Amino acid sequence: MTDQPSAGSGEPIGPVTMLATPIRLDFDFTPGVAQSRFLRGLERGTFLGQRCPTCHKVYVPSRGTCPTDGVATTEDVELAGTGTVTTYCVVNVPFAGQSIEIPYIAAQVLLDGANLSFMGLIQEIPADEVRMGMRVEAVWVAPDELTPSLASVRYFRPNGEPDADYDTYKEYL
Amino acid sequence: MSPAAAGRTVRPVSIASFAQAQNVRRDDVHNEVEGLLPVIEEVFSTIGITKDDVDFICSGSTDYLIGGPFSFVMALDAVGVWPPRAESHVEMDGAWALYEAWVLLQEGKADAALVYSFGRSSLGDLGEILTLQLDPYYLAPLGPDIVSLSALQARALIDAGKASEADFAAIASRSRRDALGNPKAQVRQDVAVEVLLADDYVVSPLRRHALPPITDGAAAIVLAAGDKATRWSERPVWITGIDHRSETHSLGARDLTTSPSTASAAAMAGLGAGPVDLAEIHAPFAHQEIILKEALGLDDAVAVNPSGGALAANPLMSAGLIRIGEAANRIASGGADRAVAHATSGPCLQQNLVCVLEGA
Amino acid sequence: MAERCAVIGVGQTHHKAKRDDVSIAGLVREAAKMALEDADLTWSDIDAVVIGKAPDMFEGNMMPELYLAPALGAVGKPILRVHTAGSVGGSTALVAAHLISAGIHRRVLTVAYEKQSDSDAMWALSVPQPFAAPLLAGAGGYFAPIIRAYMRRSGAPDHIGRMVAVKDRLNALRNPYAHLHLADIDLQMVEESIMLWDPLRYLEACPSSDGAAAMVLSSEDAVSGHYPPAWVHGSAMRSEPTMFAGRDQVNPQAGRDCAADVYAQAGITDPRSQIDVAEIYVPFSWYEPMWLENLGFCELGDGWKLTESGATAFDGDIPWNTSGGVLSSNPIGASGMLRFLEVAMQVRGQAGEHQIDGARLALGQAYGGGSQFFSMWVVGSDKP
Repeated sequence: MTDQPSAGSGEPIGPVTMLATPIRLDFDFTPGVAQSRFLRGLERGTFLGQRCPTCHKVYVPSRGTCPTDGVATTEDVELAGTGTVTTYCVVNVPFAGQSIEIPYIAAQVLLDGANLSFMGLIQEIPADEVRMGMRVEAVWVAPDELTPSLASVRYFRPNGEPDADYDTYKEYL
Repeated sequence: MSPAAAGRTVRPVSIASFAQAQNVRRDDVHNEVEGLLPVIEEVFSTIGITKDDVDFICSGSTDYLIGGPFSFVMALDAVGVWPPRAESHVEMDGAWALYEAWVLLQEGKADAALVYSFGRSSLGDLGEILTLQLDPYYLAPLGPDIVSLSALQARALIDAGKASEADFAAIASRSRRDALGNPKAQVRQDVAVEVLLADDYVVSPLRRHALPPITDGAAAIVLAAGDKATRWSERPVWITGIDHRSETHSLGARDLTTSPSTASAAAMAGLGAGPVDLAEIHAPFAHQEIILKEALGLDDAVAVNPSGGALAANPLMSAGLIRIGEAANRIASGGADRAVAHATSGPCLQQNLVCVLEGA
Repeated sequence: MAERCAVIGVGQTHHKAKRDDVSIAGLVREAAKMALEDADLTWSDIDAVVIGKAPDMFEGNMMPELYLAPALGAVGKPILRVHTAGSVGGSTALVAAHLISAGIHRRVLTVAYEKQSDSDAMWALSVPQPFAAPLLAGAGGYFAPIIRAYMRRSGAPDHIGRMVAVKDRLNALRNPYAHLHLADIDLQMVEESIMLWDPLRYLEACPSSDGAAAMVLSSEDAVSGHYPPAWVHGSAMRSEPTMFAGRDQVNPQAGRDCAADVYAQAGITDPRSQIDVAEIYVPFSWYEPMWLENLGFCELGDGWKLTESGATAFDGDIPWNTSGGVLSSNPIGASGMLRFLEVAMQVRGQAGEHQIDGARLALGQAYGGGSQFFSMWVVGSDKP
């Protein structure tokens, strides 16, 4: 397709190097049995984890199996809304679909009673004052705004407790 | 096997165990991991082993079924790969995952392998999704859907005088009836050809019954070599040959009424070395069974798709692996001595795998 | 039972932010043809093709082995498509090597690619899912907290990451195929680059590239080509679960096990003294010291000291990432294969400006996902 004369003027036209062909696909999402329980917990303003019957570790949210033992998790464990920042980063990069003003803190939060951290947003503290070991609590949306989704958790904020000792969370980095 | 390596001694590898999920139109209750977990548990427990008894794991799946990248990553949680395992994944039907595992067993890098695949075809619009398999510059933007392309193939078959619409209906009728004997199948029905021929066309000349059902499913197989093969099975089912071949992508450059890649894969797998009792053929559309039967050189004495085949349950990415498992089960139970299983991928049978199985 | 396997041809594209001069087929053919020419072979000499890339959603082309079969001369032949996340380029090469070692084929073409500019990889990685908070902002957001954990654990000073960022970009200046050629790169330039995912700055992160890599592997009786073969001395893959209680993401067990396996096969007991050159998947600068420890080049906690000492520099005693590494070129699906390919070039003596004199035994490593997938090989100029 290079340098062919155009029909009208006889001027050469450039090569076609790119064609945009937008693709749109819609998918349903099935959370599954275990995640449904977690989501129903969020709807009630609580974190619901599940314990592995083999290794007794508590996963939140559980996807329905223990990742190391490969067995179904069935026992529900209700967790407190408090936890420890095990590690974090300051996000300063804009991306499509981003809904939070940058810079913001994406932290690994280990909920008290859980054995696996998950990523949460930290607010109500300047980014440069966040630290590993910081104790935080969940801030929920208003009770009438609770839904079966992580949108029910607005963010985590410092809860004023002294920082956790490194040894208490170093296994969860 | 390639001709160059034809002199190679094949290490005997057996299909030691096979399990599949209940094939359903839609599983709204379980996520991928939860759907896979009981299948993995069953494939091990049937022969009394655990994950610790296999030294390689390989899976097959595609991200486009759930609409998110790395879907195979979380699926691994159904196995529990701890301590860490030698593990791999193909973005193909599980039949090709089985091939990769078979290669490792040939090399002697492993003595037993878990192969699994999962595919929930119900979460998106399969017609739109499979269009993305086409040439992204010249074909996919035009938006041809897989049913229309398959209809072109069926039309070519009719025009070549090789089949009629009644033949398609007869295949569908037989498949649904055979599926009555397969509790895991999705479409199980004793329905006469005449009744099926009253179906509306989806895309002429394909009526509803000539199309595969949309299926959520999963499957797993354990491969074993050496003394594990004989220890885990009363009657080991040996893979005596396995090969796969591709054709060109452009439909206009192919004779859609034939499947030369199936024929050459069958030759490489040594299918012609003797007769087979049954064939499990991965023919998602009814007319494709006619093409594949010819390519495999099967006569009418061979039972085709006694499980009901893909017309009775077609979980994408698993349907090919299930063919191998179904054929193996019939040999293991003494119902057959030699069988051929086939898997396909791509529009209008572009890529095909042939696996020849024999009972001890 | 296993046959010897040799790398007899290598090829790669010029890696760039945007290769809008070629289609995907044109891109992979560019690398494949170069590998065939290096091996002094033609398409018809190839028995089978093994292709790998990262998620199909990056280009919007599902199961691209179907579309690419004719472009890669795979019509009438077997073609396999591997996908193991970021390690895929490495595991693709390993699947090809297994086909040779198992005696199934004599010559296999293996190809890996990514054409990130054809789509939006950041979007593909951040598909909104109802149960995950949309916080990550791409791979950097995932790995930055782990890097912070490493810094805390090892007590490494801040400048180590910047040193790696400079060293790999200096190496890239020797490699005509590298994406980034930053002639005036120095510590200050890295330090002044924008902070993306604190503690990671822009120049401590890999670029986003279009590119492809290809190799021809052969059995011992089919060796050909313009350079002596690189012999595969060991190969291994390991995976562990993505998330589990007590998982050490800084120093993953799967990486340690994979290294132990491949070293045992290659007879390596002291990696630092026995391995002449290594190409390791370092997409973010800090992964060099982390992988130095994970791969047993030093004691736990000492990786950063090795980097700081200059040991991993081009003129150090264990040069790492002589090609410029992932930090200088990152066509994701091909990035793992480029690591495997670079070490093959080194032991074949064909690396030109980035050749390490006397390289005879070399380690290639790739990792993927959240560092839970690993693939490695050791290649050497001597027959195993």
